[in-house]
Amino acid sequence: MAIRSLSGAFCAAIVLSSAAFAQGYPERQITMVVPFAAGGPTDTVARLVGEKMSTDLGRQIIIENVGGAGGTLGAARVAQADPDGYTLLLHHIGMATSASLYRSLPYDTLEAFEYVGLVTEVPMVMVARRDFEPADFPAFIAYVKENAGTVSMANAGIGAASHLCGMLFQSAIETQFVTVPYRGTGPAMTDLLGGQVDFMCDQTTNTSQQIRGGTVKAYAVTTPERLELFPDLPTVAEEGLPQMEVSIWHGIYAPKGTPEEVTERLSAALQVALADPGVARSMADLGTAPSPAEDATPAALKNQLETEIARWQPVIESAGVYAD
Amino acid sequence: MDFMSNLALGFSVASTMENLAFCLIGALLGTLIGVLPGIGATATIAMLLPITFQLEPVSSLIMLAGIYYGAQYGGSTTAILINMPGESSSAVTAIDGYQMARQGRAGAALAVAAIGSFFAGTVATFLVAIFAPPLTTIALKFGSAEYFSLLVLGLIMSVALAHGSVLKALAMVVLGLLLGMVGNDVYEGTPRFTMGITAFADGLNFVALAVGVFGIAEILRNLENEHDRAVVTSHVGRLWPSRTDFRAMIAPILRGTGLGAVLGILPGGGAILASFASYTVEKRLSKNPKEFGHGAIAGVAGPESANNAGAQTSFIPLLTLGIPANPVMALMIGAMIIQGIVPGPNVAIEQPGLFWGVIASMWIGNLMLVILNLPLIGLWVKLLTVPYFILFPIIMAMCAIGVYSVNSNIYDLYAVAFFGLLGYVMGKLRFEPAPLLLGFVLGPLLEEHLRRAMILSRGDPMTFVTRPISLTLLVLACIVLVLVLVPAVRRNRAEVFTESEV
Repeated sequence: MAIRSLSGAFCAAIVLSSAAFAQGYPERQITMVVPFAAGGPTDTVARLVGEKMSTDLGRQIIIENVGGAGGTLGAARVAQADPDGYTLLLHHIGMATSASLYRSLPYDTLEAFEYVGLVTEVPMVMVARRDFEPADFPAFIAYVKENAGTVSMANAGIGAASHLCGMLFQSAIETQFVTVPYRGTGPAMTDLLGGQVDFMCDQTTNTSQQIRGGTVKAYAVTTPERLELFPDLPTVAEEGLPQMEVSIWHGIYAPKGTPEEVTERLSAALQVALADPGVARSMADLGTAPSPAEDATPAALKNQLETEIARWQPVIESAGVYAD
Repeated sequence: MDFMSNLALGFSVASTMENLAFCLIGALLGTLIGVLPGIGATATIAMLLPITFQLEPVSSLIMLAGIYYGAQYGGSTTAILINMPGESSSAVTAIDGYQMARQGRAGAALAVAAIGSFFAGTVATFLVAIFAPPLTTIALKFGSAEYFSLLVLGLIMSVALAHGSVLKALAMVVLGLLLGMVGNDVYEGTPRFTMGITAFADGLNFVALAVGVFGIAEILRNLENEHDRAVVTSHVGRLWPSRTDFRAMIAPILRGTGLGAVLGILPGGGAILASFASYTVEKRLSKNPKEFGHGAIAGVAGPESANNAGAQTSFIPLLTLGIPANPVMALMIGAMIIQGIVPGPNVAIEQPGLFWGVIASMWIGNLMLVILNLPLIGLWVKLLTVPYFILFPIIMAMCAIGVYSVNSNIYDLYAVAFFGLLGYVMGKLRFEPAPLLLGFVLGPLLEEHLRRAMILSRGDPMTFVTRPISLTLLVLACIVLVLVLVPAVRRNRAEVFTESEV
């Protein structure tokens, strides 16, 4: 009893000092649902940011991994949670694409959530097995077009970042070739390293170390600007494929009906976390960067989600691929 | 010599007081969660990840690795004592280990498991140190065609794994294959057997299935018959194996270690495949195959060595390629990334202290485990001699928590209940759970690799015979098949089965 009241007093003190304007929120620990397995890139982002947000909020944010069905199970869990600010969702671009990839979802993507802010936008890189013939990106595109019948592209399963990038690539160069789905990035990368498949487009979180180690060949990055990590890699826009620009953006959401002062408070904590040099350093190691403060806002995330749903719908529909 | 100086560096890192302490904590914690059924290493490491933020990268990896191999030891303990494999890879140990325990030889079974694991762990640690980079290239040579052929070989060999009616065993394999198909098809996203429940989109949870058919079913069986309280053996027997036991276990341990070390490198369930494969090999080679299923010491020694060797060598693809061989390794990658180390080919060059320190700590951890566990076996057993009315609800609750913690999915709990009942009914009808599990684990892999190999070859089935490794494996499979079908051998087999029916 003594311990409980002591820790209660301790926590109350922190809450009073740092969050007086949010009317006492948060009063207990917060659960942040990550709709993917522990240890994956999204989980890593959530744990990095969650820890720093906890410090600012004065309450622990615990990560709960609710994996399955391309992230839609975790999103559904949060959509149905109490809108009190104690259940949050950290999801990536899949939030927007699953709206088209799944013909029936247990929630309405645009109506079921409140927004906290963007967390990071992870660039993607087109990589190929080390001994793949083409020397640069234009040669690569020409080669793929010419050998559409024999080349193969790996992806980490329907709806995965690598699958999305692959769909964009096919529509950008107007060529159909064989794609080989895997259960996750790990086995796909293994087969790429072993030369079983020819190329793949994946997040820097999965590819940067292999590129640095010289075990895969890198052709281009999918961001508007070149990466600090690989200044020699051209962007897809430089090479004439601006429609292939894509990043795996991550955002934090709350259930619909969560009070505005709560999402504002969370957004403020997110901005503090993203400004932390330690977080920036860890993200840099992964080949990404924290979103700037003006993007870590409810309005920016809402806008991003709406734009991306509209962008991906025709791509997915013309590919005719559905996850259910 | 490079290798010696590397290892010396590793030991100097691993033997600092702090790292020794974390190694001990990890090993102890791992054993504890391994002993508690249902709570696996994956869940524990996931829960402990936040704590490791505060530690040095080396210390945190050493502790997490300790949990992983500690759980392998602990998992065998429950498999032997209460027929409840704490880890999927100890499912095979339960077959003969539990029978040994029922014969009052639990002590010997536990000691054999510990000694086999330690030996395999030691050898595998050195293998990791010597061969990490070159071995990686073997793993990379395995494309889908090779995996498919390996799985075919494994399934054919597993025909010998079953005891009792062949027809029933086949039925169980097929049921396992069907259960393994639940969920969305990886290639097209078509839902199969999900009954419209999205929670089943990624398939049934392996832990839920294993805990159900092995664990819950066993508890139900024991509740039914109050007089035959076999679930916990009151009598552990003498701990140290007899001279005969020692002679019987040397060869299986050596074979298991070799098999496990090779299979562990392959991404995807290496340790599980290793223990199944080792059991099959031992049964084939044994002079008294009828002993298997009735407390054969080789049936404990081989698979236990194999799964520990496999657990150890599965660090090779992680440390050298940054590619996880199983979910626990995926969590280790997460832990490394959080510490600012991106796993991959550069870790050994940029962070030699960390790389070799973790390797050296594996051996130290294995030594700690054997020293700790032999005397602790008594304690683990005491933990399990708690009266039934207390023990059963605790085990049930632990199973539920453990299964739920994997994915926070309520349907996994329904699955535990369902498969518990199914396992109970199966037991009544004398169907074996092991072939079911095998079908469930290997079926989806078989399908995935078959289809991927065919996609890559543009629909040409010749890919399986034009690739040398794949061809070799298929030829081996044919030889095994012929051996099984040759009349003399078949008669032999029939005898084995009639014996074990009694």
